[in-house]
Amino acid sequence: MVTIFGKPLLLLYGQLTLGLVNGAFYALLSLGLAVIFGLLNVINFAHGALFMLGAFVAWGLLTYLGIGYWAALIVAPCVVGLFGVALERVLIKRLRGLDHLYGLLLTFGCALVIEGLMRNEFGSSGVAYDIPHALKGPLNLGFMVLPLYRAWVVIAATGMCLATWLLIEKTRLGATLRAATENAPLVQAFGVDVPRLVTLTYGAGVALAAFAGVLAAPMNSVNPNMGSNLIVVVFATVVIGGMGSILGSIVTGFGLGIIEGLTKVYYPEGSAAVVYVVMVIVLLLRPAGLFGRAA
Amino acid sequence: MADKLLQVRGLNAWYGESHILQGVDLDVAEGEVVTLLGRNGAGKTTTLKSIMGLVGRRAGSVQFRGGETIALRSDLIARAGIALCPEERGIFASLSVFENLMLPPVVAPGGLDVPTLYELFPNLKERSRSQGTRLSGGEQQMLAIARILRTGARLLLLDEPTEGLAPVIVQQIGRTIRAIKQRGFTVLLVEQNFHFAATVADRHYVMEHGTIVDMIRNADLANAMDKLHDYLGV
Ligand SMILES: Nc1ncnc2c1ncn2[C@@H]1O[C@H](COP(=O)(O)OP(=O)(O)O)[C@@H](O)[C@H]1O
Ligand SMILES: [Mg+2]
Repeated sequence: MVTIFGKPLLLLYGQLTLGLVNGAFYALLSLGLAVIFGLLNVINFAHGALFMLGAFVAWGLLTYLGIGYWAALIVAPCVVGLFGVALERVLIKRLRGLDHLYGLLLTFGCALVIEGLMRNEFGSSGVAYDIPHALKGPLNLGFMVLPLYRAWVVIAATGMCLATWLLIEKTRLGATLRAATENAPLVQAFGVDVPRLVTLTYGAGVALAAFAGVLAAPMNSVNPNMGSNLIVVVFATVVIGGMGSILGSIVTGFGLGIIEGLTKVYYPEGSAAVVYVVMVIVLLLRPAGLFGRAA
Repeated sequence: MADKLLQVRGLNAWYGESHILQGVDLDVAEGEVVTLLGRNGAGKTTTLKSIMGLVGRRAGSVQFRGGETIALRSDLIARAGIALCPEERGIFASLSVFENLMLPPVVAPGGLDVPTLYELFPNLKERSRSQGTRLSGGEQQMLAIARILRTGARLLLLDEPTEGLAPVIVQQIGRTIRAIKQRGFTVLLVEQNFHFAATVADRHYVMEHGTIVDMIRNADLANAMDKLHDYLGV
């Protein structure tokens, strides 16, 4: 049997792909958080709950309307994104100009309410969502066999991260967003409707979370806690990458997933803690995060 | 003045509890270059920001083309055709020179196109892909002026565009202001340097303690030097 540092190669490959899959979710979720934090200055604690809503909306679309996975990948983010727009317009907007803490408490409260309502409705064990037919089964890469759905998640998340990055770095809309993140009043004084830009940005960040939720739906059960289990690691990702850094959250997300995977192979006992160890080290050496600009 | 573009009456403005502008009155006619002179802290920047809608609490009347803008949001004031080149220049670090140039949306036809702007400011063309804040101070100032010339705004508010710049650059900015006047733009210019102001302006308002205390035509400037030295303390 082929081994690397005393571990079977296949085990290593298996954990690495699982790490990449987890990393894909960290990247997608922290990307949305970074965009929202950059422009709104709000630490969106509702992000995990909105991720979970994305999965439930996909389940609801299938169960009640017969709308399948591929359509849900587009429809569910739109539905949850619209919910985010309403949340921003009705609640978050009122906290403009106040300390971070208010936004954090408000969105945390929203998360508790959303998760509580969903638990009430669906119980803690949740519901099942089947892997779409075309993505069932194994994918033989020659050197390893990989569940096709995992490969798809990594590809879809990477594509979405790349598209978001291109939108922000290479388009006019993205330039306006970056400028407003630096100096919103001046951008508004040039004639840009910044309040609308803020609302749409929140909606888009939330839609990214919901997209991740749809990707996650067929992996385990769709349940009300799926967001809160994940969100703590995602916040660690954001801190490690550097608050508000777009590239930082993508690279850090995938990187942390891989590090977690490797730890599962070489030191399984430490796999739950390794992200936080990395976080502590990064905060000690680079308090602004790996990609953050020091304030 | 029948062709009055901007009319400010009894403009008051506050930062928190500080009452900064205490009844500013001024007029700018279409096609004029008018300066706002005054010592540091007189309220010149606050006047421009209030016209642009950037000061939270303001009262009085600001009419642009006969329409009242005192209660409008700054983006709507910009859309009406007023543009600000701020004192701190406001070049964005996360945008390239070209992106900075293209940032303000076009609000009306009649702005300068990019080739014309590159002719006026050749340095911007050479460095269009650099990060905005990598430019020298003079180049950043040119970028800050160029980007509002694109938008088609007819009234340009320029806040100390020559501050801290080398004499050759000051001359270039002077040429630019005369060139845009020729193209029919209207300019309200804040200056500390009245020698420079005299080379570009039709009229000068003098500001002290948040009000206008005098108005001098450029033709009368030579006779008003003693008075001006008193006002400006130079
Ligand atoms: N953001 C601010 N908050 C509080 N006070 C301010 C602020 N900006 C300017 N001031 C005060 O307002 C007065 C006028 O400032 P300003 O309009 O910048 O003067 P000028 O441009 O003529 O030098 C000064 O006394 C200044 O200290
Ligand atoms: Mg000033």
